[in-house]
Amino acid sequence: MDKPFAITLDVKSSLANHTGTWRSERPVYVDGLPPCSHACPAGEQIQAWLYAAEDGSYETAWRQIVNDNPFPAIMGRVCYHPCETACNRGELDTAVGINSVERFLGDEAIKQGWQLPASAATTGKRVLVVGAGPSGLSAAYHLRRLGHDVEIHEAASQAGGMMRYGIPTFRLPRDILDIEIARLLETGITLRLDARIADLAETMRTGHFDAAFLAVGAQLSHRAYIPAGQAARILDALSVLSSAADGEQPKLGRTVVVYGGGNTAMDAARTARRLGAEDAIVVYRRTQVQMPADELELQEALDEGVRVKWLRTITQVDEGTLKLEKMQLDDNGVPQPTGEFEELAADAVVLALGQDVDRALLDTVPGIAIVDGVVQIDDAMMTGCDGVFAGGDVVPSTRSVTVGIGHGKRVARHIDEWLRHTTARPPNQLGTRTPVAFGQLNPWYFNDAPHAMRPRLDLARRTADFTEVVGGLDAETALYEARRCMSCGNCFGCDNCFGVCPDNAVLKLVGAHSYAIDYDYCKGCGLCAAECPSGAIEMEPERS
Amino acid sequence: MTTQGVKYYQVGSRAVGNRLLDPALRTEQASLERSNSLNSGHRACQGCGEALAARYVVDAAMRATNGRLVAVNATGCLEVFSTPYPESSWQLPWLHSLFANASSVATGVAAALKATGQDDVRVLAQGGDGGTVDIGMACLSGMFERNDDVLYVCYDNEAYMNTGVQRSGATPPAARTATTQAIGLEPGNPFGTGKDMPRIAMAHEIPYVATATVSELHDLEAKVERAMSMHGARYLHVLVPCPLGWGSAPADTVLLARLAQRSGLFPLYEAEHGEVTSSVPIRGQVPVEEYLRPQKRYAHLFGDPPRTDILSRLQTIADRNIARYGLLPEEA
Repeated sequence: MDKPFAITLDVKSSLANHTGTWRSERPVYVDGLPPCSHACPAGEQIQAWLYAAEDGSYETAWRQIVNDNPFPAIMGRVCYHPCETACNRGELDTAVGINSVERFLGDEAIKQGWQLPASAATTGKRVLVVGAGPSGLSAAYHLRRLGHDVEIHEAASQAGGMMRYGIPTFRLPRDILDIEIARLLETGITLRLDARIADLAETMRTGHFDAAFLAVGAQLSHRAYIPAGQAARILDALSVLSSAADGEQPKLGRTVVVYGGGNTAMDAARTARRLGAEDAIVVYRRTQVQMPADELELQEALDEGVRVKWLRTITQVDEGTLKLEKMQLDDNGVPQPTGEFEELAADAVVLALGQDVDRALLDTVPGIAIVDGVVQIDDAMMTGCDGVFAGGDVVPSTRSVTVGIGHGKRVARHIDEWLRHTTARPPNQLGTRTPVAFGQLNPWYFNDAPHAMRPRLDLARRTADFTEVVGGLDAETALYEARRCMSCGNCFGCDNCFGVCPDNAVLKLVGAHSYAIDYDYCKGCGLCAAECPSGAIEMEPERS
Repeated sequence: MTTQGVKYYQVGSRAVGNRLLDPALRTEQASLERSNSLNSGHRACQGCGEALAARYVVDAAMRATNGRLVAVNATGCLEVFSTPYPESSWQLPWLHSLFANASSVATGVAAALKATGQDDVRVLAQGGDGGTVDIGMACLSGMFERNDDVLYVCYDNEAYMNTGVQRSGATPPAARTATTQAIGLEPGNPFGTGKDMPRIAMAHEIPYVATATVSELHDLEAKVERAMSMHGARYLHVLVPCPLGWGSAPADTVLLARLAQRSGLFPLYEAEHGEVTSSVPIRGQVPVEEYLRPQKRYAHLFGDPPRTDILSRLQTIADRNIARYGLLPEEA
């Protein structure tokens, strides 16, 4: 007892007092589903690759993208980026320019010569892919990565499908398309061009294929009956687009009317301007609200001087002139004729009324069901014919390059399971999980920063030729844009939880940007969860 | 080409740390080497603002002094929850004084260190608003007048919390406490009472006076750093929300401190030798209601009908702070 006067106990640390017993709720780290990934038709893990891009790890970011999508440079140009529409940052200032960062990474990969990942060990199974469009190429890539032997049969003389024959060069330069397709084929995929298949069963038998993926697309322009005089010039949008893409100069005249309201109509009108039309007028039977064209593409068309006549149908085409009927929306939003007509001068009419699937091959496949012009598939994307799968524009869905690429990835997984006779994996989690909402974030911690606009060619130059319209980001701007990501639902290593705990009960793990909760001392106050900028901590009731 | 240079790290530069940020620009609280001066196992309530602020302040002071620091603690919540005999949560030399005389004891410690030639060891005194604004004010005023080499930190939770939420000289108008009940025509703490301690400190024209909150960590650490770079009497007044006394959710502690600052009710500024030298502009001003509504001590203002007259008097106080400290500078 060698203690000072009145002192009877040794000094102890409060660490003996395990305050964790007070807790009724416990914080847990979660990996939420960011809305961008949820919205991406190609299933890209966008938040994950932006995280890598934030510190300049561009190759890591690019490798994360090509896990899901082999065409970042193409996608960075032609995707209508539903991810940006879903982006939570839009509620704070403006959405993160995900698409432009993707394009930067895609271009960087081309510049640096990064190659796609190697394939798994060969399985000895052979898969026939019919059609070298976005979904066919994407499926071939993913099947090849899974170790299957893949052969693509393409009816046209070049690969790319709608990416080559439907998208104007000012939106997608062909050298970019060629480089990304060539890089994909280098993973060991056989491509046969000018190889239209007449009989699927026969081709599968002679080629010893175990499964087939039908991705023949929808390339027949939808025809509508319009009374026309003998000298009337009526063309379809796809042939205009594909001949312009081939470098031809179809003569359209000085005033061109494009009939339709989709993206193809916008592309056709913008192409007409570049082919010398002084006036390109889109005639659409409904209003902008119902218009299927992407808002951005409509805006770019308007910027280039394209005009739109809303609520009109074409009732008669004669040489040099059209007869339009005014429409009126009824209570259900369906346009109804009003009986009022007007004349419109036009040298040519380009029809962009949608595309239909060519049934020539499909009709040879036994068991396949075609309803409303599209092929019916089951949950595993298989048609009524065993071992024959379908995707892209031939099945019921939104028609876009991104959706096609997503179909290719999904079907590859299903074909792989079918070939291996594995039981179906649990359904895709994306369908069942709810994306992280803006309200789950703590946006106080993000600085206000405006969207870094992509440099654009000035309007006068844009309509003069087929130079690419939207420019790319430079490295500094791309980095800036990537860092605007709020990392919804996923930790980005800001140390807030480590800092704001009044009980030192959040541990920072050395080496990794990760943390752990010390439940011996955590009182369950919830400050870490409340102050987490990205909503990556949730409070769970404590089990008694 | 419309671009903007990378001025900020877009993600989390207001946060405690950030993997993208230069380590020198991160807070001490983001560091694995922080002192954790107030260690785990203390008995503060869930979400205690004072426990959080005490670690923020003392860790920053420890960094500024290379760990050569002694703390003197007035009686109050902070002392009670951190040091129930014989346990202590403190990881630095620490003395408990009486309620009233922390500043005098700190003066003595500083004098003793000087007398024994340990000039590099610095002294920090700390207490709650009761021990500072009311009970210890005479001693503190003396310390200021003598310009003793002590940083005095007041953790202001706006009432005597550990004894049962009685009103102090720092309790704001209209707040309900055990001794200012929400009854009568003017419920809660009467208007026109109480003391503005940072301004009283400024009136002593001591070298440094500053205010801080637990929501603005970068600012708080910079002020501790600045204070420790000076000698003589210095005063730091930190607003620390109290879930128990304010009737707020434990998870809202940092949020409430932020709203107090954003409403203008708690201005952030620093002053040297009696003159205000800088203030923190409000980013995203909010009406006082937004700060008051989540707190049960103001519940009587939001009944049916709400006391808009009292709310507007409180808004007037915020507006006066905004004007006095220039908290809403004209946009450049």
